[in-house]
Amino acid sequence: MYKIVKKETLAPNIYLMDIEAPRVAKSCNPGQFVIVKMDEKGERIPLTICDYDRSMGTVTIVFQALGTSTKRMAEYEVGESYRDFSGPLGCKSELVDESDEELKKKHILFVAGGVGTAPVYPQVKMMKERGIDVDCVIGARNKDLIILEGEMKKVAKNVYVTTDDGSYGMKGNVNDCIKDLVQNQGKSYDLVVAIGPVIMMKFVCILTKELGIKTIVSMNPIMVDGTGMCGACRLTVGNEVKFACVDGPEFDGHLVDFDESMKRQQMYRTEEGRAILKEREGDTHKNGGCGCSDN
Amino acid sequence: MDVLKKVPVREQDPKVRATNFDEVCLGYNIEEAKEEASRCINCKNPKCVGGCPVSIDIPGFIKEVKDGNIEEAAKIISQYSALPAVCGRVCPQETQCEQRCIRGIKGEPVSIGKLERFVADWSRENNIKPEQPKETNGKKVAVIGSGPAGLTCAGDLAKLGYDVTIFEALHEPGGVLVYGIPEFRLPKDTVVKTEIDNVKALGVKIETNVVIGKSTTIDELMEEEGFQAVFVGSGAGLPKFMGIPGENANGVFSANEYLTRNNLMKAFDESYDTPIARGKKVAVVGGGNVAMDAARTALRLGAEVYVIYRRSEAELPARVEEVHHAKEEGVIFKLLTNPTEILVDEKGWVKGIKCIEMELGEPDASGRRKPIEKPNSEFEIELDTVIMSLGTRPNPLISSTTSGLDTDKRRCIIASEETGQTSKEGVFAGGDAVTGAATVILAMGAGKAAAKGIHEYLCNK
Ligand SMILES: Cc1cc2nc3c(=O)[nH]c(=O)nc-3n(C[C@H](O)[C@H](O)[C@H](O)COP(=O)(O)OP(=O)(O)OC[C@H]3O[C@@H](n4cnc5c(N)ncnc54)[C@H](O)[C@@H]3O)c2cc1C
Ligand SMILES: Cc1cc2nc3c(=O)[nH]c(=O)nc-3n(C[C@H](O)[C@H](O)[C@H](O)COP(=O)(O)OP(=O)(O)OC[C@H]3O[C@@H](n4cnc5c(N)ncnc54)[C@H](O)[C@@H]3O)c2cc1C
Ligand code: SF4
Ligand code: SF4
Ligand code: FES
Repeated sequence: MYKIVKKETLAPNIYLMDIEAPRVAKSCNPGQFVIVKMDEKGERIPLTICDYDRSMGTVTIVFQALGTSTKRMAEYEVGESYRDFSGPLGCKSELVDESDEELKKKHILFVAGGVGTAPVYPQVKMMKERGIDVDCVIGARNKDLIILEGEMKKVAKNVYVTTDDGSYGMKGNVNDCIKDLVQNQGKSYDLVVAIGPVIMMKFVCILTKELGIKTIVSMNPIMVDGTGMCGACRLTVGNEVKFACVDGPEFDGHLVDFDESMKRQQMYRTEEGRAILKEREGDTHKNGGCGCSDN
Repeated sequence: MDVLKKVPVREQDPKVRATNFDEVCLGYNIEEAKEEASRCINCKNPKCVGGCPVSIDIPGFIKEVKDGNIEEAAKIISQYSALPAVCGRVCPQETQCEQRCIRGIKGEPVSIGKLERFVADWSRENNIKPEQPKETNGKKVAVIGSGPAGLTCAGDLAKLGYDVTIFEALHEPGGVLVYGIPEFRLPKDTVVKTEIDNVKALGVKIETNVVIGKSTTIDELMEEEGFQAVFVGSGAGLPKFMGIPGENANGVFSANEYLTRNNLMKAFDESYDTPIARGKKVAVVGGGNVAMDAARTALRLGAEVYVIYRRSEAELPARVEEVHHAKEEGVIFKLLTNPTEILVDEKGWVKGIKCIEMELGEPDASGRRKPIEKPNSEFEIELDTVIMSLGTRPNPLISSTTSGLDTDKRRCIIASEETGQTSKEGVFAGGDAVTGAATVILAMGAGKAAAKGIHEYLCNK
């Protein structure tokens, strides 16, 4: 059993938890994820590692309560435990193994969309710890959904906030902000790390390809085991089939087939996907769904 | 009674069982078992034993069954096998022990597997416990993977007094026995759980959710956690795909995903959260045990099911009994047929499969006649789900994170057959991780051999 030692509500429906998992805390690195299974009957839910404290043996997760499983996860309180917490899974971020000298030469821009801010945070924090200045764009639909802004400001040199409705920061999406930085504010970047909804990563990659900036994305397909055993997480990267759980989750965004990945995410997940499943075979999906179809 | 024939075993009616996940074969009761046991002529030179990979004293235990001493029979089997209730159910007996049985020359062989199963089930139902845990000798051994290889190795080492911990990546122990082989062939809560509990009762600790190579490494276990030897029984779980167009469409699964959702995650049970695409019309590509399990699972979830296999019936690698059961239940076999493309609708979901007819040519390297395409014989089947069951390979997670552990070009760990010793000192391996996908009994045998190998190694150290 894995005890919840801290719980915070970062925004409506977005929760941060510290979980006691000493083995994971000891060996995890930025870029990796865990799989949480709440109880006997729960699903195996992949979540990115957002922070960790090796001496306390705790791992931080941040999740959005969207569907049946994540809503059920959100009902757990401090002192209660999840039944299973497996990890760290996937590969660490490439940046972890690059030398400080190499990194210092680079201008890096992190782009975080929605809950994607959480997985961006440990990478930016690692940069700070290694004395490397980076910029960070945080984007969300509206002010309420901007998370970890204060934490990010402590570790990134510059933080730029955008909201789709203009309720906070710049009005527009993350791409508008990237364009503004590069085209109007004279910034130049050698590397972009973009993490957020697939649709956001897709459009960031279209832009950065035009701008000629290498871009790393973190993919979040449907998973089951997370150890390479089932192939549910497969996606096409540069015409090769990769398993996100063992070959990723981070990939060169200019090579990823985002359209295929978005279609695959529909399976079981989106309202539309569930409707297709239902039409094809009657009542299959028992997770009733929540009615919200994007995050 | 016709001594040339096996005492028939009771089974669920095909029409009924095709709609449920309860066990197909109901096994013998004590009268039936005694009657079947009396067909064994207790050969002086029992050929059957030579066909069993772990050389169970078959005439020995069968004689006890005949005399009604079931507990005695169980003791005899337990000297050789740690998982009799499992092997009695899933061993390919027809090509092993039973194939060599002398009774088989004129009539049907003795039903060795069903008798073994009877003895194991009887012991469980009568609460016969295996040996009690020994005082430990304080020497720590780590076992990676809790499939048949790992469970057997751990159990044998515990009996020798070692302090054994099994590390398992998934949230339940059992390996393929829990995530692969379906409930209707191998009940989980009764049979598999009892076998695992028996191993725990010997003092073995099982730590789930630990992925060796990620959560920690073999080198760390040995250098930091004080394990003096390690057994790797991590199986061969990586699924293969065909590489044909359309394979990433929604509705195409590996057999592993399909079976894992259903068996490990219990998607068939409405009270569990994990979903599964049931499918109305399903094609399973492949002809092994795994393909039969996937096909019969899809059938039970309510689909019309095709098995597409590129050779003929004689070459089907699955057990005869499984093919027979699948046919009885209504699975449709499309033999000498190979898929060339999965047809996808505009939203990215499967709508059919394009196949080509095959014919058998000259024997290939494996000795089986090579299937060749018949020109201009392509045709399409409308479908909504395709399950790829083309075999599996070992996962490189362990070999790539352990210094000095050699593998062959199929990524199988290289290990001695007699002792399990690998290229790395103190590290032993066996089961599917070494041989590639094989059988439960071979994995169990390898676990036993490695336990002996580890014991010798640690005694001489
Ligand atoms: C490697 C990896 C890391 C992840 N990290 C995080 C994380 O740090 N925080 C977090 O909140 N989520 C993360 N996710 C996504 C998370 O696993 C899903 O949100 C969760 O499984 C949804 O389960 P549910 O039953 O609550 O929702 P469901 O009922 O299955 O779905 C509800 C809604 O969630 C959306 N959704 C579901 N799955 C995904 C997905 N994989 N990607 C995008 N949208 C999805 C759908 O649009 C759907 O409408 C990650 C996924 C992966 C594969
Ligand atoms: C669907 C199906 C049906 C089958 N039917 C039959 C049959 O009828 N008869 C028969 O004899 N055989 C059958 N087999 C084959 C048989 O199940 C296997 O040969 C046998 O289970 C191999 O045992 P093993 O212990 O080597 O590996 P497995 O049973 O595969 O167990 C390996 C375990 O190691 C764990 N693991 C892997 N990597 C790691 C890691 N890095 N860290 C920690 N743990 C790890 C896995 O999660 C797994 O639990 C079938 C196989 C399948 C898939
Ligand atoms: S273990 Fe398998 S091969 Fe050996 S006797 Fe039993 S059924 Fe036959
Ligand atoms: S070969 Fe057949 S008859 Fe002879 S001992 Fe073995 S099971 Fe009995
Ligand atoms: S989640 Fe099963 S292979 Fe990646």
